[in-house]
Amino acid sequence: MGVMNFEILLQQILNGLVLGSVYALVALGYTMVYGVLGLINFAHGEVVMIGALSTLSAARLLAGVLPGLPGPLVLVLSTLAAIPVCMALGYAIERVAYRPLRRAPRLAPLITAIGVSILLQNIAMVVWGRSYHSFPAYVSTEPFHFFGATMTPVQVVIIVVAVAIMAGLMALVHRTRLGRAMRATAENQSVAALMGVNVSAIISITFVIGAALAAVAGVMVAANYSIAHYYMGFVLGLKAFTAAVLGGIGNLGGAMAGGLLLGLIESLGAGYIGDLTGGFVGSNYQDVFAFFVLIVVLVLRPSGLMGERVAERA
Amino acid sequence: MKRSRAALCTVAALAVLGLYGCGKQEAPPPAPSAAAPAPPADLVVKIGHVAPLTGNIAHLGKDNENGARLAVEEINARGILIGGKKLKIELIGEDDQADPKTGTVVAQKLVDAKVNGVVGHLNSGTTIPASKIYADAGIPQISPSATNPTYTQQGYKTAMRVMANDVQQGKVLGEFAVGKLGAKTIAIIDDRTAYGQGLADEVAKAAQAGGAKIVAREFTRNDATDFRAILTKIKGEKPDAVFYGGMDAQAGPMARQMKQLGVKARLISGDGACTPEFMKLAGDAAEGFYCTQAGLPLERMTDKTFAERYRKRFNTEVQIYSPYSYDAVGVLVDAMQRANSVDPAKYVVALPKTSYAGLTGRIEFDAKGDVKNGAITLYETSEGKLKMLAVVGGGAPASAPAATAADTPKADAAKK
Repeated sequence: MGVMNFEILLQQILNGLVLGSVYALVALGYTMVYGVLGLINFAHGEVVMIGALSTLSAARLLAGVLPGLPGPLVLVLSTLAAIPVCMALGYAIERVAYRPLRRAPRLAPLITAIGVSILLQNIAMVVWGRSYHSFPAYVSTEPFHFFGATMTPVQVVIIVVAVAIMAGLMALVHRTRLGRAMRATAENQSVAALMGVNVSAIISITFVIGAALAAVAGVMVAANYSIAHYYMGFVLGLKAFTAAVLGGIGNLGGAMAGGLLLGLIESLGAGYIGDLTGGFVGSNYQDVFAFFVLIVVLVLRPSGLMGERVAERA
Repeated sequence: MKRSRAALCTVAALAVLGLYGCGKQEAPPPAPSAAAPAPPADLVVKIGHVAPLTGNIAHLGKDNENGARLAVEEINARGILIGGKKLKIELIGEDDQADPKTGTVVAQKLVDAKVNGVVGHLNSGTTIPASKIYADAGIPQISPSATNPTYTQQGYKTAMRVMANDVQQGKVLGEFAVGKLGAKTIAIIDDRTAYGQGLADEVAKAAQAGGAKIVAREFTRNDATDFRAILTKIKGEKPDAVFYGGMDAQAGPMARQMKQLGVKARLISGDGACTPEFMKLAGDAAEGFYCTQAGLPLERMTDKTFAERYRKRFNTEVQIYSPYSYDAVGVLVDAMQRANSVDPAKYVVALPKTSYAGLTGRIEFDAKGDVKNGAITLYETSEGKLKMLAVVGGGAPASAPAATAADTPKADAAKK
């Protein structure tokens, strides 16, 4: 059959935008740390996971203490409880795993990042168990119709939150003193320190903000799929990292653009690749397709879609 | 040709074994009575268990391991004598992360540790490559959950399974979708694992044989959570039913997303998704879901107290295959008893002759090492529960459930 039907196309685009916003939310955290430190924080996906699971625990606790609170309020309160947990975690990760290696070759912190990621997964497995947790529908997941396509309120919230966070971060980086210090640190740590910037504090703050975002992203992802699990951060982290590289890692707008693009490619790829190739390749090539686009983008623009060529670090 | 020769060999082996077994079986009784006054020395036997204990189906892996552990603890407590020594089983639990490469590494590790037998692995994708390593080392392997037919078709004498395979399961699912649900158009999704793909192919075959049309064949991954793209495509094809070959961790969110996207088709899946975990993850979208388990339902098992004992020991619910890993340990020990040896080379020849009264019914193997009359149970979800619809196959226990139930205590008593 394979009729290019408008409703199906619209639905696929919406699917892609939502998936892309999920990737973008997580990618923002990667790109922030990379921008300041030039480090790929592979543990970021795990912070997302801890954010989702701590929110779940907080929500269960809240439901026990104050039953009858409206769903969205429970979600907001428990997210607010999970954010400090992730912030503390982000601070601790930077302090323990990255700071001692700041002057080490660049490969060393990459390896500790992977180590931290595995460690956090295992800690979460011990704390929250191996089972999947069903994430209650605090924000409705009942679909509404939209020109023949369907969307859920959670999905609308995800897109709005992703755009708001990106705009907020951009304002922070470009309009505030803290942002200026961050940009100075990114450009050259030693010179920034000479100019009176407390480089260690700025790096810590970057990690803490990134972790707070991760908590929000975790809640959004868990709410969208109604599922939370100690392993959920891993694949999500990889995809978001891909999105960040696609958009130009280190660039906030790029993370958003890369996320949305990756989401759309995956969605439209899975939806139409079979029809376009006459069934020669199917949705099993969804990831191949996404990575093919990544390679093409990187060959043509090595620093990603919106990445700028930055001066070599000393 | 190859198969018939294998069958011939088995028959010959059985004949030899019969004579040998009879001769041997007379030996043990005097031994315990002679040794009765002095406490018999311990005979330490290592049984390896492999399943994914980390990763996204760790909950099912732990369930399998728990089943084996419960069996080991109960057998140790029972104090079985083999060759006049008290059997003491040590369970070596390994984690293969559901990854075929890790599966072979772990298998080699168990071989190097000189285990006497292996229960596992959980996934077909890990079980099949690992089975060569066990076969080369001559170590008997019983999988409690690998349903892909290839596992027992490789001609290894050491490779056995205690539940029905995917040819049987796929047939039941395909025939059910066409016959009972009246599906004329079916969309099929699989997770690209040996299990998911194998089962999906069998279902497609059976459904097409029944006259249904496969209108979409889509794919996902066993670590995915977002299926909206492929489900949207399927929605455009308007199938009567959607079959998913894969695990509960994907099927749960898939059911929810089908509902959100307004896909009207019924979702059907195999044993990997036929778990309490699925019910939890799918929530209210679980309603009207059909699935099969390659075995008997808990309430049809010969020992009704299993679920209770399991809960008491591990403080969690039976997921799916722990009764089978429990029985797999039993089958290994039963063969050791009959061979009166824990040496893999000696008791492996006793395995094909197994007729073991297990929790999951009478376990006997065919020439390939598949369980004879493997039962398939169809489930339907209603009111938030998996409800049994029908049991297909499982000839021996189903035709004489009373006899089996009555047999079990006697058989157990005889063993003691």
